Amino acid sequence: MKFRSLICAFALLCLAPLGWAQPGSQLKFCLGSQPRTLNPLLVADDASETVRYLTGGVLMRLNRKTQQLEPELATSWKVSAAGKSITFTLRENVRFSDGTPFSAEDVAYTMQRLMDPALHSPGGDAFRGGEGKLETQISGRNRITLTFPAAVVGLDKLFDQVAIVSAHSPLKEMAVLGPYYVAENKAGAYLLLKRNPNYWKHDASGRQLPYIDSVRLDIQQNRDIELLRLTRGEIELINALDAESYEKLRAKAPQMAVDAGIGLDSEQVWFNQVAAAPIEGYKKAWFASTRFRQAISRAVNRGDIARVVYRGHARPAVSWVSPANRVWFNEKLQPHPFDPQGALALLQQDGFQLQNGTLRDREGHAVEFSVITNAGNKGREKIAAMMQQDLQRVGIRLNVVTLDFPSLIERITRTFNYEACLLGLVNDDLDPNSQMNVWLSSADNHQWNPAQKTPATAWEAEIDKLMRQQASTADFKKRKQAVDRVQQIVWEQEPFIYLVNKEALAGVSPSLHNAAPVALRPQVYWNIDRLTLGTQVADKR
Amino acid sequence: MKVRIAALVFLALLALGCVLAGWIAPQGYAEQFRSEPDAACSRAHLLGTDDLGRDRFARVLYGTRVSLLLAPAAALLATALAGLIGGAAGFFGGALEGCVMAVTDLVLAMPWFFLLITVRALLPLNVSPALSVSITFALLGCLGWAGAARVVCANARGLCRSDLALLARAQGASGLRLLWRHILPNLRPALSAQFWISIPVFILTEANLGMLGLGVAEPLPSWGSLLRELESCSTGITQPAILAPLVLVILTVSSFQIAVRKEEKHA
Repeated sequence: MKFRSLICAFALLCLAPLGWAQPGSQLKFCLGSQPRTLNPLLVADDASETVRYLTGGVLMRLNRKTQQLEPELATSWKVSAAGKSITFTLRENVRFSDGTPFSAEDVAYTMQRLMDPALHSPGGDAFRGGEGKLETQISGRNRITLTFPAAVVGLDKLFDQVAIVSAHSPLKEMAVLGPYYVAENKAGAYLLLKRNPNYWKHDASGRQLPYIDSVRLDIQQNRDIELLRLTRGEIELINALDAESYEKLRAKAPQMAVDAGIGLDSEQVWFNQVAAAPIEGYKKAWFASTRFRQAISRAVNRGDIARVVYRGHARPAVSWVSPANRVWFNEKLQPHPFDPQGALALLQQDGFQLQNGTLRDREGHAVEFSVITNAGNKGREKIAAMMQQDLQRVGIRLNVVTLDFPSLIERITRTFNYEACLLGLVNDDLDPNSQMNVWLSSADNHQWNPAQKTPATAWEAEIDKLMRQQASTADFKKRKQAVDRVQQIVWEQEPFIYLVNKEALAGVSPSLHNAAPVALRPQVYWNIDRLTLGTQVADKR
Repeated sequence: MKVRIAALVFLALLALGCVLAGWIAPQGYAEQFRSEPDAACSRAHLLGTDDLGRDRFARVLYGTRVSLLLAPAAALLATALAGLIGGAAGFFGGALEGCVMAVTDLVLAMPWFFLLITVRALLPLNVSPALSVSITFALLGCLGWAGAARVVCANARGLCRSDLALLARAQGASGLRLLWRHILPNLRPALSAQFWISIPVFILTEANLGMLGLGVAEPLPSWGSLLRELESCSTGITQPAILAPLVLVILTVSSFQIAVRKEEKHA
């Protein structure tokens, strides 16, 4: 009996290292939906963007903290004076995750595919400044010049979004140059990313990055469940939290709640100024009046919206560039003050009169209009309810209408059967050039009056001129001057009444180290290759 | 019997509370006390305040008024349509019955919740919250007749083939007289039961629309919009008062069901 016990004990001792072996470190967090594609050239949704960020190797990366470009697969680059071409010197001895060598041919192949109209790549649009084909010139194995058909403003920054794919690998786009590769994809359940054994980056001590062995991305649509999972320790991070969830997290686990400061996203309201819109003529006249828009802007208490709706995790917005965008924000501008008396004075200048608590225009029409917003967005519904009460104080009746998103889009882009709209802008790009499709009067996304043949107002003509001006020069000073002036015009004319800029809120488990959440996407895992878990030790340099 | 009396008393008290909401509620349902969002229960705010600082007690009272007055109205409309359509189909029979039942099947088969969302999106934008909620319930009534129409049709068909109808015809009663004097009075219990059944259905449908943000327009409250406060409760309930509308919906729907059971027995 004793002998048997001894054998059992010995066997257990032998097997123990297998059972107790420390498993590879795994970072877990949630995606809101299944990625629509794993092809980095076809990314158009948030979930796919996450996978691209974690797996894709790029020529250069925008450091989300310093907001400066840093070399990655390209050790150096030079943009031509005309902004039409860019020359890269590539890193040597780099291999894709499957072992295929990386060369200038891969960069040429990626860019040709990206700009192939037949591929319909959303990322390719940014490079298409004009008609014509992309020219690639390879000199040696590690030098390539890309010449675009027309000048592309902010050309180098665009490469932060271009994941290089292999021209020769049999795995095609599944062979990657980023820190991880997709090892498993259970549709609707999870994606498992494993450490790229050929990742080129090493820390200062020579240790290969990334530190974490694998990343598990669980598909989880319910944000409340995601929050529960974080507090239970089932996941390590939530990249973006709304204010309500953030406050709950702060109450429950304050060490996990991180406020990364003001972000790029804004909430704004605008009036329909489309001449052919099926709304009454007198209302069109109100909405076209600068004083009317300014009065509405002053009658809305932005401070209350930031405090009540966003629990203090938002700031009154100024113009279309967020203060988080340190390079391009016009610091001379301040948010419009909450001033109902000033609003009434402006309205009186336009012939409006407050009679028995009801504001009436020159012709005696009671001032009443509707604002549409997307149903189910609690934040916007609350903003609309607060605007309703604020405007009531100046005698304006606001009708809040929540619509399902397709109906709302139909109204603001096709039928123009609406009076005012409350929506938000999610902004990923720091360069103002990315908003050309909003500010040019001829653009389809010029929401208050899209696709104009000629600018309807002098100030829109000036914005057109300034935006084209900044897009046609690589001189930063000139660009900054133009963009500052556009911000000034928008601040004065208020075609969009900017309400608040939301703060970037995140949830980070204490077991995740080296995380330094920032306002730019992806807020928490932007430095994924430097993150460590538990007792892992990292070189912090 | 005691349970039924308790249910009826509860419904009566609720109806009284709705009618007297203007006197009972200490604050207006739309007034925002922005310095006190999410306040706990107090003398000033018996059920605390919502996330915009609005008095929850006032909102529950007015919300109950909206849901409790308009849901029966929608049920009445749906029952009337069901009586008209189903009754005519059952009475005349033949091709008309076939056609009506085919249309009824079609209406029942339609994803009418989505249809309702679509129809609501097509409504004019500049309507007052009171009109908006009336339109919402009118739509519910207009789209909710089909199930009841089948029941009424079957009942009417059965009555037309009954000895009662045979006797009336033998005594020389005209079609109109047969319908008015014999069929309709005998359909009343079925119609009554359908009416009572429809009320909780419409209350819950409006609540579902409210949960999607497509119910009653701000600032008017309804049970649907009040129930939306529960959306974020999976991570814990910090204020038990937000459960008040849920408790009211459960009690009211249960009370209606108890009343309906009695009606069904009568039917």
